[in-house]
Amino acid sequence: MTSTLNRPPAGSAQAPADGPAPRKAAPWRRRMSALDSKASPYLYISPFFVLFGIVGLFPLLYTAVVSMHDWDLLKGQGDFVGIQNFVTILGDRFFWNSIFNTVSIFLLSAIPQIFVALALAAVLDQNLRAKTFWRMSVLLPYVVTPVAVTLIFSSVFNEQSGLVNNILGVFGLDPVAWKHDVFASHIAIASMVNWRWTGYNALILLAAMQAVPRDIYESAAIDGAGPIRRFFSLTIPSIRPTLVFVVITATIGGLQIFTEPKLFDVSSAGGIGGADRQFQTTVLYLWEMAFFRQNLGKASAIAFLLFILIVLIGLLNFFLSQRIASAEQRSNDKRTARALKNYRGGRS
Amino acid sequence: MTSTLTEAAPAASGEPAAQPQAPARKRLRLRRGAGDRPGFLVYGLLTAFMLGTAYPLWWSFVVASGTNATRGETLPLIPGGNFLANAATVLDAIPFWKALGNSIIISLVITVSVVVFSTLAGYAFAKLRFRGRDGLMIFVIATMAIPTQLGIIPLFMVMRQLGWTGELGAVIVPTLVTAFGVFFMRQYLVDVIPDELIEAARVDGAGQFRTFLTVAVPAARPAMAILALFTFMTAWTDYLWPLIVLNPGNPTLQTALGQLQSGYYIDYSIVLTGAVMATIPLLVLFIVAGKQLISGIMQGAVKG
Repeated sequence: MTSTLNRPPAGSAQAPADGPAPRKAAPWRRRMSALDSKASPYLYISPFFVLFGIVGLFPLLYTAVVSMHDWDLLKGQGDFVGIQNFVTILGDRFFWNSIFNTVSIFLLSAIPQIFVALALAAVLDQNLRAKTFWRMSVLLPYVVTPVAVTLIFSSVFNEQSGLVNNILGVFGLDPVAWKHDVFASHIAIASMVNWRWTGYNALILLAAMQAVPRDIYESAAIDGAGPIRRFFSLTIPSIRPTLVFVVITATIGGLQIFTEPKLFDVSSAGGIGGADRQFQTTVLYLWEMAFFRQNLGKASAIAFLLFILIVLIGLLNFFLSQRIASAEQRSNDKRTARALKNYRGGRS
Repeated sequence: MTSTLTEAAPAASGEPAAQPQAPARKRLRLRRGAGDRPGFLVYGLLTAFMLGTAYPLWWSFVVASGTNATRGETLPLIPGGNFLANAATVLDAIPFWKALGNSIIISLVITVSVVVFSTLAGYAFAKLRFRGRDGLMIFVIATMAIPTQLGIIPLFMVMRQLGWTGELGAVIVPTLVTAFGVFFMRQYLVDVIPDELIEAARVDGAGQFRTFLTVAVPAARPAMAILALFTFMTAWTDYLWPLIVLNPGNPTLQTALGQLQSGYYIDYSIVLTGAVMATIPLLVLFIVAGKQLISGIMQGAVKG
């Protein structure tokens, strides 16, 4: 992550910012110019930092404060209770149910999505006619908002005469209880995420594939590697950073899924994720705790725990991919060294 | 994370469509020997994928233009004639036009703010030298990986304290700046503006801000357009936060649409009509700016 920053400062050739002002200016003008150079950068970045501090960082930190109090939505701040809210939430089976649902839906959406996106990107990486048309066609679902996607798929997966059950009926299969069964509802919700994001991720991966130098493929082809072999031993390793990036963003987004479970089946239990909470995700539980049960203290505890979970998974992802990359680097180096040795040995 | 952006940034300066053309053609000759164009299988697969993904959308339109009974058909393909009647029902059920107007206002204000502040900060991080620059930039990157949306409860408390709940301002203010925007603009500007140009402007006696306006902004324009597009999309699609701070009488398009889905009896042809109506604006945007959207994603734009 930091690699970009450690690059030599782009402006190293530039004159020092507070250097002499051009031409022969009056001293006060020179001083004004120096002040301009010194202060301007801070002035330019301050709107971001000030606003971000107020609406981004402060609420996040204050969540910790709220989570340590009895705090009612209507009555406001109550007693300080220390870690009591956390203890309650960690012993709450609805909380663990929501974590299970979130992770299950996340895995059901992330894993197939990445494989399909990879395949799609590989297909789009061919020398197609009407390139832009095909790219636009895979991106189409992205412009349908999650709320609209959910309304559409809620209808598609309706248990009485929804599109999917109708099609299953044609093949003589029994209708599936998409909104009542735990696993089936997870698949239905994951399919909404997949539908909207697969093409988008395919385009990101496609961009990475197109950045792979073509002469590598050339030499591999000359060495007799077929297209499949080239895909797995050249394309995939070359686009790994992008792949990791896609996985990390999918994780951050996927673990905060809300709209889809909120609106998937509103008719039972008012949209808290199914009558038996069979598809209640953690953010949905947070929402229920804050605005249905009106317990802001406990809701903040949920937010804080989810926050920690997401950051931990993000870090894990990051270090794992670092390890894999460096391990690979080592084995590559060894292989190169060996090949070089053989080559030299063969010649002498 | 950064690699996607750094790799792709130079590509942004050229025509996005034209640039890959030449190497791609050469590459294919190498990759597949004699054949230079992929065969029918590839087009067949793509067509199947396209039809498969587009069908749910088409199906919604077919049901939206039919009656609730249309939904019972197995694979309906032909739209009926009820769309306008259903649309009228939607307009009765939810304050559609008000919601549309609110969504437009909210998304536009957020977009302008994010683009302006991101360009300013991104330029400073990319091209100006100041104490603490690298540390602050690391901070910006780190916040991108942090789910700040989880601060919604204190944020809600603040908005209520200010008496802003129910007002559009409550939706707008929390997203006036994004760490991603700053990062995106910095990555773009670091490569695209030659330092000599800034130097030249300074030698000519232009102040810092003048230099920013005359050198940085024109150079940043393509990236600003992409950032604007994505910021607009993100603001437009947001559901959780408007649901919390706005009331049903003054909704955004997304929260209004959500209202259609409530109640024990759901007339799906009405719900789907609403979904189709709400999709039309973005569909138009997609047709007009689809190419930019694609090149934006391919330059490493990230989901919001």
